[in-house]
Amino acid sequence: MLKKLLVANRGEIAVRIIRAAQDLGIATVAVYSAADAGALHVELADEAVNIGPPAAKKSYLNIEAILTAARETGCDSVHPGYGFLAENAAFSDAVTGAGLVFVGPSGDAIRMMGDKVSARSAAAAAGVPVVPGSAGRVEGLEAGREVLAETGFPVMIKAAAGGGGRGIRIANSFAEFEQAFPQAEAEALAAFGDGGLYMEKVIGKARHVEVQILADGSDAIHCYERECSLQRRRQKVWEEAPSRALSDGLREELCASAVALAKAVKYSGAGTVEYLYDDEADRFYFIEMNTRIQVEHPVTEAITGIDLVAEMLRIAGGEKLRIRQGDVSVKGHAIEVRLNAEDPAKEFAPFPGQVAELRVPGGPGVRFDSMLYQGYQVPPFYDSLLAKLIVHAETREAAIVRLIRALNELKISGLKTTKPLFLALAADPAVRAGDVHTRWLEGWLIENAAASAG
Amino acid sequence: MAQILSPLPGTFYRSASPDQPPYKADGDAVSAGDVIGLIEVMKSFHEVRAETAGKNIRFLADNEEPIMAGAPIADLD
Repeated sequence: MLKKLLVANRGEIAVRIIRAAQDLGIATVAVYSAADAGALHVELADEAVNIGPPAAKKSYLNIEAILTAARETGCDSVHPGYGFLAENAAFSDAVTGAGLVFVGPSGDAIRMMGDKVSARSAAAAAGVPVVPGSAGRVEGLEAGREVLAETGFPVMIKAAAGGGGRGIRIANSFAEFEQAFPQAEAEALAAFGDGGLYMEKVIGKARHVEVQILADGSDAIHCYERECSLQRRRQKVWEEAPSRALSDGLREELCASAVALAKAVKYSGAGTVEYLYDDEADRFYFIEMNTRIQVEHPVTEAITGIDLVAEMLRIAGGEKLRIRQGDVSVKGHAIEVRLNAEDPAKEFAPFPGQVAELRVPGGPGVRFDSMLYQGYQVPPFYDSLLAKLIVHAETREAAIVRLIRALNELKISGLKTTKPLFLALAADPAVRAGDVHTRWLEGWLIENAAASAG
Repeated sequence: MAQILSPLPGTFYRSASPDQPPYKADGDAVSAGDVIGLIEVMKSFHEVRAETAGKNIRFLADNEEPIMAGAPIADLD
């Protein structure tokens, strides 16, 4: 078992990891930037180390400063959380190279899954269905033309080294393709120093479903799926588990494919295999694997009763998987909404400020993961996520009713938040029916600007 | 003399990306509406534009450093 853990993150996820470590009797060290001296994770950890100025590049992304803090406080392990250095293979290698345990997969596993082309090849080799497209990198325009036979139109041209929606172009015709391909090549080279491209068929109306994995380097299990189709600018805002769109048979097939991939790459720790699910074709396709704990992990914890962060810490400490696949079952339905410091009335403009009054919702089936406290000054330098409200109930319908109840209990004054958006979504007939896809929310926001602004 | 103030709290940048030249160098003339920098607030980037034309811009705010709303970014003649 690990003895002393450095948490290389901030905000709600740092608090979440500190809680899991303390539940297991592991001592904790927080790191913080000059802007976070008054942050909750600093208060809750056993020790805290200032690792630099507010800019993330000089603090939370500063590998040297984090390793120095770990050494000086006598830590034996580092948890990266999500974002910042969580999927940085060099960081995983550096932590291991310093003789510490990295709570997550090896640098090699992160590299393999971080490169979209090698991840897709690994998935295909493990028998996981992938979106029709190029088998790997497309070497030049001529080779690209041949891939069109496989994909048809519209086709997506993506930078192999890209991420976060950057370097993506869509062509609807041969003429558009001829123009877009060289542009995408030049753009990828300029943005990522790597002009490598790959091509994929565009799946029109798709749901985003993803499977939670736990693995110990040899064995792997799944903790069923989450659906995260409600997205704005490719950012998830509302996540739930299980997905109501899947039949039981397809669910088993989907989850088994994620386990096969995790085993094939000898994965260790918690991970998520992401898919697109095409309702009409009733088929799923691999998109990518995230080699970290995800923001929306609590919905899986709610329906399975598994503490995913605690399991990550046990696996990192050298234990074999304690949970057998047959022990994992789904109970009820859970929904998470992301309360961001954004003003829905002003196109979600960021709204850093001070928390004047805070009333946290409670009662049966309600969980509130956050770093907020009364008087907390939200710094403008980092992500806008303030809190995650998670509700759990016997059915999806009951979970939505409970979500509305909890949102009405929640009071955060002094800041603008996305709470009005979720009250409006929870009342919407399409959301209530679960009849959504990944591009649904953006259209809805245009038609319902007033309602979502509260 | 005029002063350009930061409209938002966040991190101030003098160029569009680290490998690009600054929007304006000390001593440059600016026209009304010229972009003179970026403010990053919670991972979103907002352009800072000069409201009036002027000569000999002199930056007071440092690149990639925190800035408060209302703090001076640059002086203009």
